[in-house]
Amino acid sequence: MRVSVQWLASYVDLPPEVRGREIAERLIAAGLEVESVETLGAGLQGPLTVGKVVRIEELTEFKKPIRWCQVDLGSEHGGTRGIVCGASNFIVDDLVVIATPGTILPGDFHIAARTTYGHVSDGMICSERELALGEDHAGIIVLPDGTVGDDAVELLGLGDEILDIAVTPDRGYALSVRGIAREVATSFDLPFNDHAMALADLPAPEATDAPWPCDVDDAAICEMFTLRRITGFDPSATTPAWMRRRLTAAGMRSISLAVDVTNFVMLDTGQPLHAFDGSKLRGTVRAGYAASDTRLTTIDHVERVLSPDDIVIRDDSGPLGLAGVMGGFSSEIDSTTTDIVLEAAWFTPRRVAQTARRHRLATEASRRFERGVDRVLAPYASAKAMQLLLHYGGGSYVGFTAWESPYEPTRIVMASSLPERTAGMAISAGVVAERLTAVGCEVAGSQGDGADHFTVLVPSWRPDLIDPADLVEEVLRLGGYDELPSHLPAISGGRGLTERQRKRRRLGLWLAGAGLTEVLTYPFMGPADIAALRIDEEDDRQRGVTLANPLSDEQPQLRTTLLPGLAAVARRNRSRGADDVLISEMGRVFFTTKYHDLGTTVIRPATTSRPSEDELAALEELLPHQPEHLAGLLIGQRVRSGWWGEGSPVDWAQAAALARGCALEIGVHLQPRAVHYAPFHPGRVAGLYLDDICLGYAGELHPAVLLHWGLPPRSCAFELDLTVLLDASVAVSHQTQAPIIATAPVAKEDIALVLDAGIAASDVAAALTDGGGDMVESVRLFDVYQGPQVPAGQRSLAFSVRLRAEDHTLTGEEISQIRELMLAAAAQRCGAVLRGS
Amino acid sequence: MSAPNRSYDPVGVAALEPQAVGEAVGQALAAIEAARDLTELKDVRRDHTGDKSALSLANREIGALPPAAKAEAGKRMGEARRSVNEALERREGDLAVERDLRVLREETIDVSMPTDRGHTGGRHPLTTMMERMSEVFLLMGYEIAEGPEAEAEWFNFDALNIGPDHPARTMQDTFFVDSAESGVVLRTQTSPIQMRALLERPLPVYVVAPGRVYRTDELDATHTPVFHQIEGLAVDEGITMAHLKGTLDHLATMMFGEGISTRLRPSYFPFTEPSAEIDVLCFLCRGESVGNLGSPCRTCGSEGWIEWGGCGMVNPRVLEAAGIDPDVYSGFAFGMGVERTLMFRHGVTDMRDMVEGDVRFTRAFGIEV
Repeated sequence: MRVSVQWLASYVDLPPEVRGREIAERLIAAGLEVESVETLGAGLQGPLTVGKVVRIEELTEFKKPIRWCQVDLGSEHGGTRGIVCGASNFIVDDLVVIATPGTILPGDFHIAARTTYGHVSDGMICSERELALGEDHAGIIVLPDGTVGDDAVELLGLGDEILDIAVTPDRGYALSVRGIAREVATSFDLPFNDHAMALADLPAPEATDAPWPCDVDDAAICEMFTLRRITGFDPSATTPAWMRRRLTAAGMRSISLAVDVTNFVMLDTGQPLHAFDGSKLRGTVRAGYAASDTRLTTIDHVERVLSPDDIVIRDDSGPLGLAGVMGGFSSEIDSTTTDIVLEAAWFTPRRVAQTARRHRLATEASRRFERGVDRVLAPYASAKAMQLLLHYGGGSYVGFTAWESPYEPTRIVMASSLPERTAGMAISAGVVAERLTAVGCEVAGSQGDGADHFTVLVPSWRPDLIDPADLVEEVLRLGGYDELPSHLPAISGGRGLTERQRKRRRLGLWLAGAGLTEVLTYPFMGPADIAALRIDEEDDRQRGVTLANPLSDEQPQLRTTLLPGLAAVARRNRSRGADDVLISEMGRVFFTTKYHDLGTTVIRPATTSRPSEDELAALEELLPHQPEHLAGLLIGQRVRSGWWGEGSPVDWAQAAALARGCALEIGVHLQPRAVHYAPFHPGRVAGLYLDDICLGYAGELHPAVLLHWGLPPRSCAFELDLTVLLDASVAVSHQTQAPIIATAPVAKEDIALVLDAGIAASDVAAALTDGGGDMVESVRLFDVYQGPQVPAGQRSLAFSVRLRAEDHTLTGEEISQIRELMLAAAAQRCGAVLRGS
Repeated sequence: MSAPNRSYDPVGVAALEPQAVGEAVGQALAAIEAARDLTELKDVRRDHTGDKSALSLANREIGALPPAAKAEAGKRMGEARRSVNEALERREGDLAVERDLRVLREETIDVSMPTDRGHTGGRHPLTTMMERMSEVFLLMGYEIAEGPEAEAEWFNFDALNIGPDHPARTMQDTFFVDSAESGVVLRTQTSPIQMRALLERPLPVYVVAPGRVYRTDELDATHTPVFHQIEGLAVDEGITMAHLKGTLDHLATMMFGEGISTRLRPSYFPFTEPSAEIDVLCFLCRGESVGNLGSPCRTCGSEGWIEWGGCGMVNPRVLEAAGIDPDVYSGFAFGMGVERTLMFRHGVTDMRDMVEGDVRFTRAFGIEV
């Protein structure tokens, strides 16, 4: 809402020294968000004078049309001057605005007499943009009225200040000069002259014609509906300069007198008005429901299909407009309209909001009705508009019709101590009553500070005041929030982070310590991302959740894996010159649930009491499954090349070590198993298992996927279900028993085996460990050989084994006994034979 | 040692003359002193104390002396040999130290060479900012509450006093899951966690809820469709707006330093009443740039205060929706943007830097903001 200080002055008598900036500060303290204060024509120095065009000579020898004009400024300003002008939107006898030499226009534009296009131009004819009045640069300003030689600065309202205010949804009344002026009056402690509620002095209706009949279908959608009619209106009458100025300053275009008057009164009072052409109406005009499947072309020339949920204005011919939103094309006033029927009404905010939303229309009217227009204002506002129409456009007032349901002001009973209990500071009942009265409330039981409850009647323009808490805000904001004391509540000890939260943080730190950089990617993906993964139809990751209104048609769904997001980030880093990229992310992925597939009934529990457990369960069932994942992507060198020698590239083992390392750090031992899992290399990916539950995957990425992603060959990745991992970790927490640290000497043995190449090394290690029994401290693979020295299809695995007894030094005999047991187990379980035997 | 040589005339044994012995010792000591390293010293040792050295040969002659002269000559030779051996030991020790020092000197390498064989990781500053802000509240006794990102509309709007036709509902550009009628949205704010906390936890409730939120804004320098907020909620008996102010002032001090406080401006949020915008005193200019054209402040745009978030007293309607008696309990809630906090606290000028995942950006912050 843009409001001029001069306009505000019609409601509140501000001292002349009060500037816009100070008004803005007071309004901000009162809760109105003033976004800017601008001065019309800021930077203008020196006079502007009204001149009359006496003669125009068209100069045709230039590339564009140029006029050599003689303009009369009156004898006090040097009589007639010759001025060169590039605009051509004026004729002889037009009144224009002249900047004479010596004047400085906004933007530090010094006007001087100078020779141009072969003539000495003794000044300039000004356009709106040159005066910083608006953006109109198509032509110069042609004044509709004025006197030669007059000061144009005042005539144009230059120097007026404009406050641009962002109005929060609760403060519908602030979408009017009247409403803002009331806040100004309160904050400066000045009287407020509510002339909007003074019924304009209209002439007695003339009997030349009848007032237009009106009706309402249902008070649930419209509590007040009024029509005023004027006949014999002059459609060629122009809008007075002062009104055009006000509209322009408010950011509206001047269209015609009738339209301008409705807009002016709306801005002034907050009451939207609509003017019908009486000659286009048929029978009673009523506010009501739309018939289904009827059509209406609104004044924006869009044909709209109406639903019975829409509220409309209609007559015998059908719908005339969307009530409170936008009028219809068929009954619109035009350049020949002489019979005007002016509608002013109060529509139910919720219904206007619904209608506006259904038709995706947000208009000046709907914005105000949605937020609540003053319930009793309609007849006053329409009288004011009628008075302006009659004054500037002539014609005969032929009367008023109205439909109204009974109005009861909202009544709120509030404990007089509630404001001080809420604020945490002393506020006497007297101050409470005083401030509520300043807001416009009627406060009963306010005589003296003894009353412990107030009965408060809310003014008609404050439909946002419903609960005692709303009144508390009024009391506190009028005092200013700066008055509030500042101290901390006494809290009785919390439990700190939950175990999951703590472990999640630890993992973040651990990954950073391992050299990975955390990224946070958008959780959106699309069919192309899925296709790139090379996953099949049955894969869980196909069960993504789709958004109804995605930002990009290419990524209409929520991610089911973190890898595509990481790939995109890696690609971006590489394109910016990074060679090695080691990144990780923790974030949610989203899967449709079975429940979703069946279709659900949306449940909306009432908000007046706690929902039942069934209702809460039903709400949870609406939601997609959204576990957290943890993933990493490794590209380039793990150890860099340098003065120390050649580096080593990232490999599947590093990816697996990171994934398993994460789990191990929080007490979960994941075992690798050979699996096939896209988008990984089919022979170089490990499924990471806790018993028979797979928590994730780690390995080298599929060459074709890397090619598609534009990432280098041999890049590696891992992804874990963090939610399940944390579950597993929490399940084993506090179970760790301190190990017994044996101090007897260790016996080190090497065992080299030859066996079928398809048998997993981890199975062989397990067989050796199990076979050797309690004395086996560790079994570690240290060499793998496959080649001419072993039979085809077989390989040699060499393990270093550490044996130790808790209580004594192992004898040579014991050691060879254990060794035999280990070999026997490896032979039995894996078909392994001792190499060289 | 040779046996006594009785047939020898002792007087004729010139090698045992004091002068001769003194010369031999002098030569030995000079040679020891002249040895430049342990190898040379080894030769010196052989030449001057070996079997064929002058001193050894002389010593051998002692046996040939008459008994009366033996004692004196033996003493002389003993002293001579001791002084040579001592000098050898001393010199050997010195040369060993010298050698050790030389070895260390020769092993010197250029320690200015790069040491980064591996890579340095980092945590995203938004993550660490959320942790840091949460920490302030954990220390006061708050706990961290969480909730789903794909959230029921009821939690995101209805329960927060934002009914189906509330104007605020259309102001927050919402992502709808499946369809506009599914009842599920990507949460537009962390506030639904408030309602979950009130439903799930016993009173009193003191929680802080950092998290990811979504609005349908295109990414540009100042907007991102996916961003982060941190929300605080306190519901207890006797909670006042003064407690809210005190809590925000404490947070401001912890985040920006001593003397940094907050300012509240009346505003509107459906789930709080009264409601306020939170401004924090500019931690850089501390308000001194206001009206001071000579030294403008880029952090606050010379406004003195920086918009930080929103807050208010929990609307009694929200308490009722959670089944809490607003006549007994009251509460406050507040929320602020994590991106915004990072931007003004650390001079991030473009929202995209926090989104794109350029590792150079994140590494600059290490593992803590």
